[in-house]
Amino acid sequence: MAETLAATPTRARWALPAGRGRRGRAGGVNSVGLGTALVFLAPYLVLFGTFIVAPVVYGLWISLHDWDFLLPGKPWVGLENYVELFTSGSVSSGPFWASMRATGIFIVLSVPFLIILPLFLAIALNRKFPGRNLFRAVVFAPYVLGVAVVGLLWRYLLDPNVGVINHYLGELGIDAIPFTTDTPWAWFALVVPTLWWTAGYNMVILLAGLQDIPRELYEAARIDGAGRRNQFRHVTLPGLRPVMVFVITITILASANVFGQPYLITQGQPGRETRTAIMQIGEVGLRQFNMGRASAQSMVLTLSLMAVSLMCLSFLRERKAKR
Amino acid sequence: MIRPNDPTSLSRRRLLGAAAGAGVAFATLGGRSFAGASRPAARSTAAGAIYDGPAVTLRFWNGFTGGDGPFMLDLVDTFNSEQPNITVEMTTMQWGDFYAKVPNAVAAGSGPEIAVLHIDQLATNAARRVILPLDDLAAELELTEDDFHPVVWSAGIYQEERFGIPLDVHPLGFYANTGQLSAAGITELPADKAGFEGAVTALQESGVEHPFWVTATWPAHLMFISLLGQFGGSLYDEEGATATFNSEAGVESLNWLTSFIDSGASPEDVAADAQAQAFRQQTNSLTWDGIWMMNEWAKIDDLEWGASAVPVIGDQPAVWASSHQFVVTRQASNDDMLAAASAFIAWISERSIEWAVSGQIPARNSVRESEEFQALEVQSTLAAQLPDVVFPPTVPGIGDVTAPTFELAVNEVILGKSSAQEALDSAAQRADELLADNRSKYGG
Repeated sequence: MAETLAATPTRARWALPAGRGRRGRAGGVNSVGLGTALVFLAPYLVLFGTFIVAPVVYGLWISLHDWDFLLPGKPWVGLENYVELFTSGSVSSGPFWASMRATGIFIVLSVPFLIILPLFLAIALNRKFPGRNLFRAVVFAPYVLGVAVVGLLWRYLLDPNVGVINHYLGELGIDAIPFTTDTPWAWFALVVPTLWWTAGYNMVILLAGLQDIPRELYEAARIDGAGRRNQFRHVTLPGLRPVMVFVITITILASANVFGQPYLITQGQPGRETRTAIMQIGEVGLRQFNMGRASAQSMVLTLSLMAVSLMCLSFLRERKAKR
Repeated sequence: MIRPNDPTSLSRRRLLGAAAGAGVAFATLGGRSFAGASRPAARSTAAGAIYDGPAVTLRFWNGFTGGDGPFMLDLVDTFNSEQPNITVEMTTMQWGDFYAKVPNAVAAGSGPEIAVLHIDQLATNAARRVILPLDDLAAELELTEDDFHPVVWSAGIYQEERFGIPLDVHPLGFYANTGQLSAAGITELPADKAGFEGAVTALQESGVEHPFWVTATWPAHLMFISLLGQFGGSLYDEEGATATFNSEAGVESLNWLTSFIDSGASPEDVAADAQAQAFRQQTNSLTWDGIWMMNEWAKIDDLEWGASAVPVIGDQPAVWASSHQFVVTRQASNDDMLAAASAFIAWISERSIEWAVSGQIPARNSVRESEEFQALEVQSTLAAQLPDVVFPPTVPGIGDVTAPTFELAVNEVILGKSSAQEALDSAAQRADELLADNRSKYGG
């Protein structure tokens, strides 16, 4: 050990404080290791700075202007784009908050299914049975498709008048259901394809999480007399918690960013009821070229999503602390 | 945290990234003088169609993703083989993406030199300095109003400068399943209100449950524009300053459309593409759709169909149409490129008969009056509508007012979510705000 440390001084400085125990370690990293840490972090920080921090700051700057990148005049408007968003009856507030509402509805309707279904699929496919890999592949397969394929496929399946699903419902004597043109059915037409499309992804992550739970815990639980249900409650769920936090958070974020499904399947119908925030921002920024307004809307959406993510993380953390 | 290959996360991050990237690109290009590139100094060549300068490559973008794309590609290929010094590379994308991408790409210097735009996007791109004035090019090619249909020719002008060279006009047409019509005892396509409604009733009596599907999405708002004109209304006032589609004519138009849903002649909740799909499957007998759809119907072997001018439901004939216009972007920065672009546009324009086959009406009089065009039955029939076409005023941003305003209102009314007057009033209010916004933005 001593030889290695001597030979690699950088690692030595990094490793030694750790060997000294807790009190020494914190001071060591701060005073000695910060530079090293920065060196290691640099490649990531460069990417993070270039592709995340800089665009966000630039977006913030844009949102304070009446901005069309091709026009010479980009008048400074201060917080006007934001004030407008929070003034009811203004050009941008109505459609924007309607789209935020649509996004919220989609999150509430899709996320529970996107967690529960993959969880049960993962548990089922974690058992040993013949053809297990085939089933895993089948569940994951739709995820490799692009949103355009998924959107068009489901749009034709769910078409109220010429769709396959209504055709068979009709043979069963059920009246045509306006899946893609009327709420609440339109939400069904957005959630079900999303579920079919992305459940496999969450399943794979949860499956990996399940395989990380030590077998001994189940053995111990069985010896203590726990049945299947209690094993699930007291071993599986707590064991999955860290993975679950990740899955819930990314699923909420992915659902908040929904664009392709309403764009292709319902086209925002009826009226603008299923037009989501990203659709709206895209229209304002990239079709009407009101990039200032669109950036302000993006900032509001970003802040809302950060708030939701923090709530989600702290909620799960609190529960952990209680135990 | 965003899944790398998850298209649902087409996020604000990417949006901002694109905006930022384009902005940076623009900043670096800002020094290049727009004025310097704005005068096409094409050299005198016989009718502009011959180019003898050094070898040039021109990028040509358009949105011909349908059956029209292969026709244009054929023309481009022939042009390339005939003109050794010009290579035209054609790129096709969805129109929706096209209008978002072209300005960004041109600002970044990686866009096209030549493009085809719809007339309602011309003023926007002219005001945003994406495209160049072509008065000199038109003069060079000796193109004048006499060569084109006047409506289409004047539509290429923005603030007294010409920005577009018309390629074609594509109006809405009226298509009917002639097999079902004759089974219902009707031998000719109806041309007026009584005839049309009579045909619908006759078809219903002859056993077609839903003879006229009224769709809630495209092309419903194009039918609305046509009807609005027929009832004596207009979308906007002449200056394009305020919306006027919430007039009595607008309400009448929508009520006429919804009357078919109320009477059961149309199914409820007709979604995107369903009415065209039903026409193919012969469950829909009558439909108003773009002239370009003719090739779609022709693909169905056992479908007997005919086309004619959109019936006059109101007091006067009027029909929605748009026009594809050739434009040269400010990326065409040197004289050689401009001369080559001019040669290309002139060449295609003269051969627009081949383009007409794809389901278009050539803008050029000489082509439209040719025997070859008269031989194209559907196209020449629908070309009779040219005097009655309705174009929007050429003010910047007008094309982007459509989707969030009356297109939405038409959708809400046809889906039974709102009454015609109510939906049109709130759409008109919004349109006024957007138009005012555009005025202050583009300084109009």
